[in-house]
Amino acid sequence: MERAILSGNEAIARGAYEAGVLVASAYPGTPSTEILENVINYSEINASWAPNEKVALEVAIGASFGGARALACMKHVGVNVAADPLFTLSYTGVRGGLVLVVADDPEMHSSQNEQDSRNYAKFAKVPMLEPADSHECKEFTRLAFELSEQFDTPVMLRSVTRISHGKSIVTLAERVETLPPPALVKDAPKLVMLPGNARVRHPKVEERIVNLSVWGSSSAINRLEMHSAAVGVICSGVVYQYVKEVLPEASILKLGMVHPLPHELIRNFSSKVKTLLVIEELDPFIEEQVRAMGIKVVGKELFPLCGELSPGRIRAALEQGGLLPKSTIAPVTVEKLPPRPPNMCPGCPHRGVFYLLNRLNAYVTGDIGCYTLGFLPPLNAMDTCVCMGASISTASGIVRALPRAEQQRVVAVIGDSTFLHTGVNSLMEMAWNQAPATVLILDNRITAMTGRQENPASGFTLGGEVAPEVNIAELCRTLGIRHVVTVDPYDLVATRQVLETEMARPEPSVIITNRPCCLMKGECRFEKGQLLAVDPDKCTGCKACLRIGCPAIEWQPSGDGKHGKAYIDPLLCTGCTVCQQLCKINAIN
Amino acid sequence: MREKVTNILLVGVGGQGTLLASEILSETFMLAGFDVKKSEIHGMSQRGGSVVSHVRFGREVASPTVPEGEGDVLFGFELLEAYRYLPLLHSGAKVVVNDYRIPPPSVLLGQEVYPDDLVARIRQRFPDFLLVDGLHLATEAGNPKAANTVLLGAVSKRLTVAEEHWLAALEKMVPAKALEVNIRAFHRGRAL
Repeated sequence: MERAILSGNEAIARGAYEAGVLVASAYPGTPSTEILENVINYSEINASWAPNEKVALEVAIGASFGGARALACMKHVGVNVAADPLFTLSYTGVRGGLVLVVADDPEMHSSQNEQDSRNYAKFAKVPMLEPADSHECKEFTRLAFELSEQFDTPVMLRSVTRISHGKSIVTLAERVETLPPPALVKDAPKLVMLPGNARVRHPKVEERIVNLSVWGSSSAINRLEMHSAAVGVICSGVVYQYVKEVLPEASILKLGMVHPLPHELIRNFSSKVKTLLVIEELDPFIEEQVRAMGIKVVGKELFPLCGELSPGRIRAALEQGGLLPKSTIAPVTVEKLPPRPPNMCPGCPHRGVFYLLNRLNAYVTGDIGCYTLGFLPPLNAMDTCVCMGASISTASGIVRALPRAEQQRVVAVIGDSTFLHTGVNSLMEMAWNQAPATVLILDNRITAMTGRQENPASGFTLGGEVAPEVNIAELCRTLGIRHVVTVDPYDLVATRQVLETEMARPEPSVIITNRPCCLMKGECRFEKGQLLAVDPDKCTGCKACLRIGCPAIEWQPSGDGKHGKAYIDPLLCTGCTVCQQLCKINAIN
Repeated sequence: MREKVTNILLVGVGGQGTLLASEILSETFMLAGFDVKKSEIHGMSQRGGSVVSHVRFGREVASPTVPEGEGDVLFGFELLEAYRYLPLLHSGAKVVVNDYRIPPPSVLLGQEVYPDDLVARIRQRFPDFLLVDGLHLATEAGNPKAANTVLLGAVSKRLTVAEEHWLAALEKMVPAKALEVNIRAFHRGRAL
């Protein structure tokens, strides 16, 4: 069979293909985004972006009710948005198999929290599988569809950043071709969740979880690897790989299904080892359930609750607990260095806007996207950021608590994709209740932070086909916003004027910036301007141009270090002209 | 006793091409018949931030990330970032670094200074250190954009994988029109 090096996300996509999936839907979110970007390469699957995760799951639910195998993918916080359909889907069960892939982000490499999605599986009473490498990503995805149909349940497949964005070798297989064709079948008692029907379904949900636990005790998905009887470790996912590095002699119960737990197998394993450890990232999810079975375990008293695990962190915890001898090797250390945080790209249309918000002393309720980087110095122009869409509703709330003079400073900043995700509802509220804040929609035509995925206002689908595009300005007017202004964010004078006018207005208003992401290719692409350079004879070293934090502009100190001049790297400059507009002595041309 | 896994770290600044280089390494090791795992972070850190990719190969590889302090080879695309990740290495590790500096934000703003003695500091800790003028050698090979491939050639010399597998991986991963210049660049690096 053919072998390939695939990322976990590529392998999940391959697994969906092999499982005979017909419909897939997702909203992009790191580290889950590449799953659907790979699914689209299989022409047998109808794959598309949804405006948000709730809609994505409901699209998959519809396809499942129609009899097709269906996939929905999202990042951990996306499940919060999709939780409403998920909990009732647990009651209805499925017709075609349905798998919800959730990619967690322990360590918050690219997220606002590190919630542990395993709790959702327990809360919604649905099984959850957790692969430990790319090959398992593919195999477990296939198995998840079979389980979904066998037990009449949605199945969650949990990945983490290190699995989704890790690569390992996968053996490929053929696509299943023997599934029954989709068709409409009426089955109201199962699919219409009114109280009378739901009361009948709930006991089936409870029974299902018990049956799955029994299945898990005999299925190869949960695996005993018996070595030394001194130490036994229960673990799953990527942590299993770390445990093999750090404790090669230990016996391991490797769980491929983390909910429900295989109680019989756990009892059996615990009776065979002297010291039982549960090593898991984030919450004591397995540990608490094992304790509740009356089994003595060592867990979070040694291993951290916060952040991701690693071989080094596990080793340190084991040394701390006296389960491994202290290492005698002195680690290599380095002095404190200038940090290198992420930054908006050179030419980013957001940069000048945040510069102005800073100058206008705005109080910025922010949102989730590249523009959240407007928080960083030297822009320092974001004051809150909670979740997708919250910029507008928190602005709406905060102005209610403030005197008029302070109300004027409140500006909600949100991108086009985030606005269409959940910002629309928030703006509806703001218009309806006439909360006097200003909303700034940074429309760069794409979902930029996750790698430029199409959204309903881009004019294209996931597959690159031309699609109807939402007219954001008209949508805002329809929601009841009377003042909607569009402005070119590269024109600082015009943008400043619009901001001042709308911030002063004692009623809700929307400003839309209209320049595409500077990384955009294709139809609505970013046009590079004339490259700019600093004239060293004119530059007085006032540092005005440095205040925008453009990666293309560098401060070059003079020999004595007391003076200096600005320098523009011609390889990075896009000619956006924002720095030029800040230079009062016309030294940038 | 388990067979030794070789641990490689690729470090640089988001956008420098560490991801593609790590793909070529992984492909090479698979073609050479090894088990391979790699790990990296996408998203937030790609926006000009500090990036690190882990590539591991051997008969059987467990963790996709290199255990702290066990790195065998550091493949640095930028000096400051190479220095930053030295703690991931063991004391006898080999270090190959591009002679290239990208000032971080605080240096661009004139608030901090880019350390000027990094080369000496790395060499002092790691005697097996090679500084490569990737841009210059790539220009000589026919295209300054092939600097990463020069470095790849230099790294390849420090690993026990036959040349044929490196070339096969390049052939698979590099677009046809750029292949010839990249193979020249690879050989320039491998000769160092």
